[in-house]
Parts: sequence; structure tokens; C-alpha cells
Amino acid sequence: MSILLDSSTMVIVQGITGREGGFHTEQMQSMGTKVVGGTSPGKGGTTHLGVPVFDTAADAVRATGANASGIFVPAPFAADAIMEAAAAGITLIVCITEGIPIQDMIRVKEFLRGYPQARLVGANCPGLITPGQAKIGIIPQRITSPGAVGLVSRSGTLTYEVASALSAAGLGQSTIVGIGGDPVLGLTFRDVVELFVQDPGTTNLVLIGEIGGSDEEHAAELLARGSRLKAVAFISGRTAPEGKRMGHAGAIISGNRGTAKSKEEAFRKAGVAVAETTDDIVGMLR
Amino acid sequence: MKLLEYQAKEVLASLGIAIPPGVVARNPAEAAAAFARLGPVAVKAQVPVGGRGKAGGIKLASSEAEARRAAEQIIGMDIKGFKVPLVYCEAALDIAREIYLGFTVDRDARANILMLSAKGGMEIEQVAEESPAAIARLYPNPWRGPLDFELTQLVFDAGLGDLSRPLVSLIKKLYRAIPDYDALTAEINPLVVTKRGEVIAGDAKLEIDDNAMWRHKDLEEKYGAVIEGDPYEVEAKKRGLTYVSLDGDIGIIGNGAGLCMGTLDLVQRAGGRPANFCDIGGGAKAEVVENALAVILMNPKVKGVLINVFGGITRGDEVAKGVVTARDNLKMTLPLVVRMSGTREEEGREILKRNGIEPGVSGWEAAKKIVELTRAGVT
Repeated sequence: MSILLDSSTMVIVQGITGREGGFHTEQMQSMGTKVVGGTSPGKGGTTHLGVPVFDTAADAVRATGANASGIFVPAPFAADAIMEAAAAGITLIVCITEGIPIQDMIRVKEFLRGYPQARLVGANCPGLITPGQAKIGIIPQRITSPGAVGLVSRSGTLTYEVASALSAAGLGQSTIVGIGGDPVLGLTFRDVVELFVQDPGTTNLVLIGEIGGSDEEHAAELLARGSRLKAVAFISGRTAPEGKRMGHAGAIISGNRGTAKSKEEAFRKAGVAVAETTDDIVGMLR
Repeated sequence: MKLLEYQAKEVLASLGIAIPPGVVARNPAEAAAAFARLGPVAVKAQVPVGGRGKAGGIKLASSEAEARRAAEQIIGMDIKGFKVPLVYCEAALDIAREIYLGFTVDRDARANILMLSAKGGMEIEQVAEESPAAIARLYPNPWRGPLDFELTQLVFDAGLGDLSRPLVSLIKKLYRAIPDYDALTAEINPLVVTKRGEVIAGDAKLEIDDNAMWRHKDLEEKYGAVIEGDPYEVEAKKRGLTYVSLDGDIGIIGNGAGLCMGTLDLVQRAGGRPANFCDIGGGAKAEVVENALAVILMNPKVKGVLINVFGGITRGDEVAKGVVTARDNLKMTLPLVVRMSGTREEEGREILKRNGIEPGVSGWEAAKKIVELTRAGVT
């Protein structure tokens, strides 16, 4: 079992003819993801990587019945691509693109209120993978394995680190969701945790947060109400100074808000074990 | 990009908001000339951080000599890591009332929030804590911006109904900074009502989204070079690196922001102090590693470097060869520990060992190793 994505999900790739879009489409195909088409304005009617290319997302959905999309277009065009996907009827939109202006994303969030069936993952995220079934995005499938641990994270490489440690220890994953490092995002920690709680195939939960904002605290509030999932959380950025943006646009402490300490305390209060290092996570899950 | 006060005020003026007469001075003579033109002035340090008043960065001058002396004292001062490049000499205002006006991104709401309060002049965080009801708030629709009636409500909610006409018009102008300049935060505090009834921006803060700078190249060209930040951060930016200076002595390179932050935490846990945050992104290409090492080695405090690379698809032997080449090109002699994972990681570790670089099996092991090696170097 899994959340959001499985082997039946029909995926289009927006920006399929680009270098990144093409490379990762092949990766997605190689693990069995049902990629049914792609978009690239002006290249409609052609074929790329064995699937039909369309000028627009609406054309692609009409012709293929796709219900999910992976977005690999450059930042100046990414916000429009998200809205285009939602308007075309896509219900799972995964935006990998980094560097989208925050005001663009605020407008996107308002736009998406008109499409309540559309779920956005990202932007600035590695995407999601249901090991052994399908992925949308750039998480290397080699380091994942099927199982019952749900993993949700704001970071890319840290997610890979933890996934590969879990796999090496024989702890497979139900679904891995990278929600992204931007301050204004689609699905939140809390949204993803709610989905994992409802998934009978998930028994354990790993949350990888970082400094900035209060999404981790909101997820902790949800878990504090009691959950059947055994959960471990890790927060990076304990040593980060106030007011400095640590790589991710969203990883910034403002005043005394968004600190690692506040997030760790929220999880502890909710009965969630907090790992000191990512190396400790596997042992704490057992 | 956080603009300096005078830059923010120029932007506000371009939006039609009244600002006090003021002149930028790069040296004491220019400050004296500013006094001759404006009369009594406040001489204000221009740095993109708060708290400059407490740090001695604002002085009142009621004579030409005082203006000159204030500029002498303030220019070149260090305020929270920023060297003051110039001062802004601004005519004193005849203040009747001080108001707070600002907007910022409310991350929880995923929206912009406009805030207005009759309690101006204090820090808004303090007002929010002591009397939260004194701040009126509005979440404007990001597609159409605030409507007149919404702003009228905001002004009356803040208890400023007697000023509703000038304030509604002014807030609409300030809001233009969002669609026109991709502003993330703007603050006019205090927004001064003079004894003659004019409404003027006493101070101004403005932060433009770094992700949107491609839409505002003019702003970057005009203002970007004036802000004298940390020299290593400036150099790193030139080389296209994501780099933040910290005050320790162990240089850090990682791929991915989360992994890099996690690496800083590991070094601190092992008893060391990171000198920087440096995310080289995916792939860990040899050229990028060399650029990152070059910036880190500019800092004379650095006693050793830890590189932590998670390679999903990246080949470990290629990363190792790249690191060796970078070290040799830079003639680096300080301790270097490299932790990497990925395909062919064993071969990669062999290459490192052969070249006298310490390989780490896990991030934690590597952090302990670099702390040990840098300590040994001191004694």
C-alpha cells in the first residue's frame, strides 16, 4: 500500500523534451512508472522517449486520461505550469523546479483553491516515490525498497541518506514524499502525515524537518492527538544562526521562530521520538 | 535582497509615498554638505540589519561640525557583521504621531499579510506580544490586491479612522511593491504624521525575493553592489555557490541544503565549530568542489575541511578524483576529511586514501575525524 501514487497512476511530464525532464522521465520509466505522455509547447504531435508529446497539459489529459504530472520546466514558467496542470484536471501535481518566486507561489496557492481535487507537492522538492511501483521526480529508486515506513521530508539529499539507511537495514518504505524547501509549498508536513495515518500499508513514520516556519509544529499537533504510527523525527539546522537563509529559501530562523529546538520540543511533546543524527533513526524505529 | 534604508525609501518614493528630504553621504565632507542643504539632520548608518540605533549607528547633528563628526564615526563601523559603507543624512521631522505599517509573507497562511497599528515606533514583535489587539491585519487576495473597503476596514480596526483617506491611499501604494518589485517584506516604522498633518515614511525596510531578481535586474544593478557584506559570501556569490559564513574554524561542503545543515550539526555535536555552510548541489562536479574549497580556504580561521556528499547516481570514484584534483590545484595542506556514498563508493575511498585524504564512512564518523584532526593541528 502507499499514499498519493502507485503503479496505476498515469503520469505526464511537463517539460519532457528538456535535459532534466528527459533524463528523469527515463528514470521514472525504468522503474515501471506509467508515463503516458509529456508536454512541450510547439512539439505537439511528436514522440519522445516512446510517449506522445502534446502542446499543452489540457491536450495531454484529453488524449491520455493522465491524472498526475511531474513538472520540470524552468522557474520563470513553473508557476504557470502548475496552474495549467490543475486547470487540465490533474489531481497530483509534483513540481521539482527550484527558485520559483515566492509571490508567484502565493498566487498559485490562491488559484488552487478553485481546484480542491488537485494536490500539489513542492515546489523545489525531489518529488515522491512508492518503491517498487512508481515515482514522480528525482529520488533515486536504487536506494529505496518496498515496505511499511512512510517518509516525509523537506530536504532532498537528507531524504536519500535516510532512505538508503532504512533500505540497508531491511526497513522498506510505503511512500517517500519530499515536500520541498520553499517557504510557500503545496502539501505540508501535516497534510502528508494525515495521508500516512489513513494508509493501512504504513506502520511507521519518519519525519525529516529543518529550521524555518512552523509546519513541523503543526504536524506534531496532529500526532499529539494519538496515532497508530510509530514515529521518529529529525530536524536539521540546530547550529544555524538567526536571520541567515541556509540554502533552502524556507530554511531561515526569524527572531525566535522556526528554530530546531522549538520543532524538536513540539515532537517530543507529541510523543514522537527525536533522533540526534540521521544515523540514529533506524535503531529508533525498531 | 534586503535593501538599505535610503534604497528602500527611493523605491517607496517611486511608488508615490512621501519621504523626508535626505542625502546619501560617503564621507564626512558630504555629510557636512548635507547639513548645509537640509539643516539639522539625523546621520544614519546604512546596513541591511535592524538594531543600528542601539549599536551607535544613528546620531543627530545640529551643526555642520557635528554632521562631519557623526559621519566620521559611523562610516566604516561594523554593525552585526556589516561594514557601514555610507550614511544617510535626513532632515528631522516635526512628529505628531507614529504609526506602524508593513507587510510580510505569513508562511502558515501561505499568503501576504498587511499589518497596521497605531503603536508605531516600537518593534512590531514587541507590540504583537504585549498588545496583539493593537495590530490590525488583512490578507489581500494576491491576484487583485487589497480593495478600498478592505483597507478602510483595516484602518478603522487599527483605531486610525480619522486618517482613513490618506492611509487607504498610502497602503495601496505600498502594496504595489509586491506585484511591481516582488517584495517579501516591507515595513514603514514609524510612519510619521507631522504636526502639519502630512503622512511621511520615517524609516523603511524592504526585502526583495532573491528568487525573483531575474525580473528586477535594474534593482540589483543599482543597489546590489553597495551592500558590503561578508567578503567570503560576496566571493561565493560570484562563483555561483550557496554559501553562508559562520564563526567557527571547520570548513564544510555538502550537497543539498538539508544534508549540509545536518553536517554542521554533526560537527558541532562532535565538539567542533563550523566556519560556514556551503551547498554545492547535486552531482558534486570537480569544478564546483574546487570553487567551494577555494572560497573556504580564503578564510584564515579555517583549520580543516569536511566534505559530505551523498551521491544517488553520482559515482564515488569520480567525486574522489575531483576532490583530489581540487586539493592539488589549490595546494591545500590543511586536514581534509571526505565522506561520500553512492555507486562505486569503495573505489572512491581507496582513491582518497592513496592521496592522503581521510575517508569517512558515515557523516558522524567523518565529523568526529575532522574535529580530531583540526585539534591535533593546534597543538
